Amino acid sequence: MFTDVFVTPFADYEFMRRALVGSLALALSGAPLGVFLILRRMSLAGDALSHAILPGAAVGYLVAGLSLPAMTFGGLVAGLVVALAAGAASRFTTLREDASLAAFYLVSLALGVTLVSLRGSNVDLLHVLFGSVVGLDDAALLMLVGVSTVTLVLMALFYRALVMDTLDPLFLRQTSAFGEFTPFLFLALVVLNLVAGFQALGTLMAVGVMMLPAAAARLWTRDLAVALPLAAAIGALCCYGGLVFSNETSAPTGPAIILAAGVVYFVSMIFGRAGGLLRLKRPRRHFEG
Amino acid sequence: MSAGANAPAIRLVNLTLGYDRRPAVHHLDGEIAPGEGLAVCGPNGAGKSTLLKGLAGLLAPLGGAIDFVGAPRRAAAYLPQVVDIDRAFPINVRDFVAMGALARIGLWAALNGAERARVAAAIETVGLVGFESRTLETLSGGQMQRALFARLIVQDQPIVLLDEPFGAIDGATIDDLLALIARWRAEGRTVVAVLHELDIVRRAFPQTLLLARECIFWGDTRDALRQENLLRARAMSEAFDERARECLRDAFDAKDKLHVH
Repeated sequence: MFTDVFVTPFADYEFMRRALVGSLALALSGAPLGVFLILRRMSLAGDALSHAILPGAAVGYLVAGLSLPAMTFGGLVAGLVVALAAGAASRFTTLREDASLAAFYLVSLALGVTLVSLRGSNVDLLHVLFGSVVGLDDAALLMLVGVSTVTLVLMALFYRALVMDTLDPLFLRQTSAFGEFTPFLFLALVVLNLVAGFQALGTLMAVGVMMLPAAAARLWTRDLAVALPLAAAIGALCCYGGLVFSNETSAPTGPAIILAAGVVYFVSMIFGRAGGLLRLKRPRRHFEG
Repeated sequence: MSAGANAPAIRLVNLTLGYDRRPAVHHLDGEIAPGEGLAVCGPNGAGKSTLLKGLAGLLAPLGGAIDFVGAPRRAAAYLPQVVDIDRAFPINVRDFVAMGALARIGLWAALNGAERARVAAAIETVGLVGFESRTLETLSGGQMQRALFARLIVQDQPIVLLDEPFGAIDGATIDDLLALIARWRAEGRTVVAVLHELDIVRRAFPQTLLLARECIFWGDTRDALRQENLLRARAMSEAFDERARECLRDAFDAKDKLHVH
């Protein structure tokens, strides 16, 4: 009974194994990025950037049909353009980063929806927005794993710069040549992961696998060195749980994975030892000093 | 070991700093000698913070130049007026203070024994022993300021720039931090500080630049803080003139960009 639900689907069906590998890769690199997004108070920026990817993917789709490389390349270009343009606009105009990002992604999203509906049907649009993790071919799988690897290596390599840029950007800019470069590197990694995720989970769901495990992890620990791997582990667990749930109920895989992450998030919100709700219930006596 | 001994002279040549062509520091000339203790005083909006940002290399001049004679542009440790630090960030005091070592160890090297000793010594100097493993959000305002000073110590730069370092700090903490500033000066470091508390200036800084967008007085502190100078500084208008014309003071110097008065 246990193995029927939790092991057999992956042993019997290749598409389930592919879905598992692809979504695990996405969670392992995306969730730690999410922890940094939360610390930078940019939790909604991932959401904004995921919308911004759409016109690029749409142009790729219009040119080459449902071709993964074309749509990925288009999405990557669009996401990076919006991220860099919003960053530059906030540096050189009076608008702050959130306002510029909102402006750029709204225009980008509208452009994307217009482009898709000019040529395709609504079914195609749904495919771009919500993806399908059970349809991963070799190319898609290689890209997910490749993006995950590159992201983790770059995060490790520039960990110190990422932490300092998040904590005290002015200090990094004043003392190091990496001060100007680090925010752009970070945004590029976020865009890369969102683009990789849109084939597997869809543009909207890719953000969920980034943010929900990260938010849950932050509720359990105050230590960044623990939060990063914990977020990745929670993300991986949710991918597995979501796929099992989806297989049992034939719910769509993307939403199933995000719902699984949602369950972990709400449980963490109640029981989390570093800021969960339960600690409010029974305040213990204060210390002597 | 100390970088203080070879502090460079800082030469300001016809320096204009500002935002959107509006000058906040206007045609400033002068030299800060190696090992000098210079207070920058003046009313709000006089360009004091702007000058420090310029010295820290965070703001490119609209005209003129800042020259660290014979030293690299990053030879200054800078404490901004408003530190944009999210205190909820999960980092403890020891790691925070160790950030000061970045310029020496870069992004990839580990803290070696000497650097760790330097961090421990800095924490002891500012009186935060016992706080090493506590996170920033558990610190009071004064303790946070001490941690920031500890980071400046670890930076070990020949020039230290402090922008209103004593806002909302109690007397005991101010005394401790002033002792630290005196030690920096004794080590041969140049200290430039924006200050509003004139008694502190008189106590700890031999030289004063009285600034009101333009230089009102630059020299011995007792002379600078005389009543007539303070009144002249106060008379400076804070608002800029919306219909200001381009400044032609440097019209003969084609290299200078024009800016609006």
